[in-house]
Amino acid sequence: MRRRNRGMAATAALALALTLAACASESGPPTLTWYINPDNGGQVEIASRCTEAAEGEYRITTEVLPRDAASQREQLARRLAAKDSSIDIMSLDPPFIPELAEPGFLAPIPDDVAEAVTADVVQGAIDGATWRDELVAIPFWANTQLLWYRKSVAEKAGLDPSKEPVTWQQIMDAAAEQGKVLGVQGAKAESLTVWINALVESAGGHIIENPEAPADEVELGLESDAGRAAAEIIGTIGREGLGGAGLPTADENATMTVFQRDNGSFMVNWPFVWSATNAAVEDGTLDADLVDDIGWAIYPRVDEGTEARPPYGGINLGIGAFSAHVDFALAAAQCIVSPENQAYYFATNGNPPASTKAYDDEAVQEAFPMADVIRESLENAAPRPQTPYYNEVSTGLQETWHPPASVDPETTPTTSTDFITAVLRGEALL
Amino acid sequence: MTSSAVAPGATTSENGEPRAARRSDRARDEARLGWWLAGPAFVVMLAVTIYPILQAFYDSLFSYRLTAPSDKEFNAGQNYVVVLSDPVFWQAFLVTAVITIITVLVELVLGFFLALVMHRAIRQLRGVLRTAILVPYGIITVVSAFAWFYAFDINSGFVNHWFDWVPGIDPDLNWFAHQGTSLFVIMASEIWKTTPFISLLLLAGLSQVPGELEEAAQVDGATAWQRLQRVVLPNMKAAIMVAVLFRALDAFRIFDNVFIMTNGANGTDVLSLLAYRTSIGRLEIGLGSAISVLLFLCVIGICFVAIKLFKVDLASARGEG
Repeated sequence: MRRRNRGMAATAALALALTLAACASESGPPTLTWYINPDNGGQVEIASRCTEAAEGEYRITTEVLPRDAASQREQLARRLAAKDSSIDIMSLDPPFIPELAEPGFLAPIPDDVAEAVTADVVQGAIDGATWRDELVAIPFWANTQLLWYRKSVAEKAGLDPSKEPVTWQQIMDAAAEQGKVLGVQGAKAESLTVWINALVESAGGHIIENPEAPADEVELGLESDAGRAAAEIIGTIGREGLGGAGLPTADENATMTVFQRDNGSFMVNWPFVWSATNAAVEDGTLDADLVDDIGWAIYPRVDEGTEARPPYGGINLGIGAFSAHVDFALAAAQCIVSPENQAYYFATNGNPPASTKAYDDEAVQEAFPMADVIRESLENAAPRPQTPYYNEVSTGLQETWHPPASVDPETTPTTSTDFITAVLRGEALL
Repeated sequence: MTSSAVAPGATTSENGEPRAARRSDRARDEARLGWWLAGPAFVVMLAVTIYPILQAFYDSLFSYRLTAPSDKEFNAGQNYVVVLSDPVFWQAFLVTAVITIITVLVELVLGFFLALVMHRAIRQLRGVLRTAILVPYGIITVVSAFAWFYAFDINSGFVNHWFDWVPGIDPDLNWFAHQGTSLFVIMASEIWKTTPFISLLLLAGLSQVPGELEEAAQVDGATAWQRLQRVVLPNMKAAIMVAVLFRALDAFRIFDNVFIMTNGANGTDVLSLLAYRTSIGRLEIGLGSAISVLLFLCVIGICFVAIKLFKVDLASARGEG
């Protein structure tokens, strides 16, 4: 009995010691938790660089969010609605920023910080981080789609997109004449909304005319020349089979695979395709000649005389409104988005910087010969509709504009306007 | 069944009525022990099922969006009106019902066949066979959904190349771009994955059929088909009905396969996915709860029909009848 008591005492002492040790580790500098989207390890490295730079003032640890943007939003919205104080910094997909900013889930960015983090930043990224004329997130990296083309196909069609901007009509004609496949994203997913928005914006319209309106007063701008022009392009590509048999299920990765094949011609896609194609060539799964045949240019125009408004994506940093260390989180976020870190992130992970300065970095120019085109594209890029009801609008578009072959300029803009309006008024299910 | 309702130690009066009022001490103790043993589990079950069900019902009466907590207001059943008057709901309901009926029927036939194989297999092969048949059931549904998705995918799949000799299948067939073909793959994956479950339940039923009955029928000159139809099937009716009930309840809540393969595109939306998209995707807690409550009522309905109309006896399937 006595021996047992002693054993128990030892166990209790050990437990106490462990508890104390745990307490001791918490009494050090505050730990900031940064919720990151999955990447190739770049954000973890930046977190440790900024922890070092803070010289003991705070530490940054990372938590990985789900893979796709919609699930990331779901998790963050649920946690923030429950006032989760563990969220100090979060990597946010821009379309969902208004939804989190509107109910006050994001801590306000003080004017001096706002000024510092928007200096030398591409306009598209500033627009994407703004809600009701206030900067509510800190631009981190900014993405845009380029027109990727097979030089051999363009040459045969008498086009040189790198010198003279091309139109959708031109690339559709070229693909049809040569029996090639266009790389566009027709899957019923976010990538379809990205495509529709870029077409509508390039044609001079907007999907939503009054993005700041409450749900039942939102007005859509699809029943316009711009909406019909977008429907015309998507419908024609779908009906004439210009996107191949895989079009109704093609996301960004599937599009890239199609583009890499012999019948690839033109493709609109994010810059990740460049590093992915090069990696595949290195692995020996693709022919080395392929890389030499790939060219890049600004996104195609809808109207010959009007500049294109390419898609805008990327990640901005939000500061959790319920964080216990908002000041430290703001300081840490400013460290994270420093041009050096953005340049490092682009060169190693392929995510283009929001800061224009970062593009001049040597490592960037070496890894991405198209860096200047990306910077130019970002200056003209148009964000997707910025509304707290983005999810409804985007899913509503996907419901009504899919499959691409069913899109008709006469009916689709009206159907989708009626549908999305009914959903926003709470009169229909999605 | 009547006998099982009476405690084992209870005596019966001369006219055969149980004298429940004067149970023996032993019967009382056993009943008490039964409550002690089952009670904690019962309380936990109530806590994790009744509470969320009531909460969902309560939420379904409000117009409530998670990102606009201050706008929450009572709207007295308006959510149910919206859901029930929307063709999207009825389309999802129909697709769910079709998937349930077809998969359960096919699984029942295949499962019975597999159960027969396992039952009759030579003793040495029995272990290997049972393991082989159970493998699909051991695979996580999401993993199996991805495996089937990639097999049929137009870019990475091998099905189009292996089966291009089948009329209608060619390298340009995009399985996930049409309703019929998408549903075919979704159901095939569901069947592949859960047939082992049904065959296990049926195997239990098969092993309960007394061997003497079959032998007697054989001696009387019954053919194999007659023995199956007249002796084996009637004797395992309870096992079959339980298998059908369990699978139907499961199949009606199908989610993973559809979520992974089409995410509801091309008219493949099912009720669970609709509820998920509304409450988790749109964060419309009120509307989503209304769909969940309706889905729950459908499941209750299936149970009711099976137990009351088809008289499924859950106890007898366990060999207690």
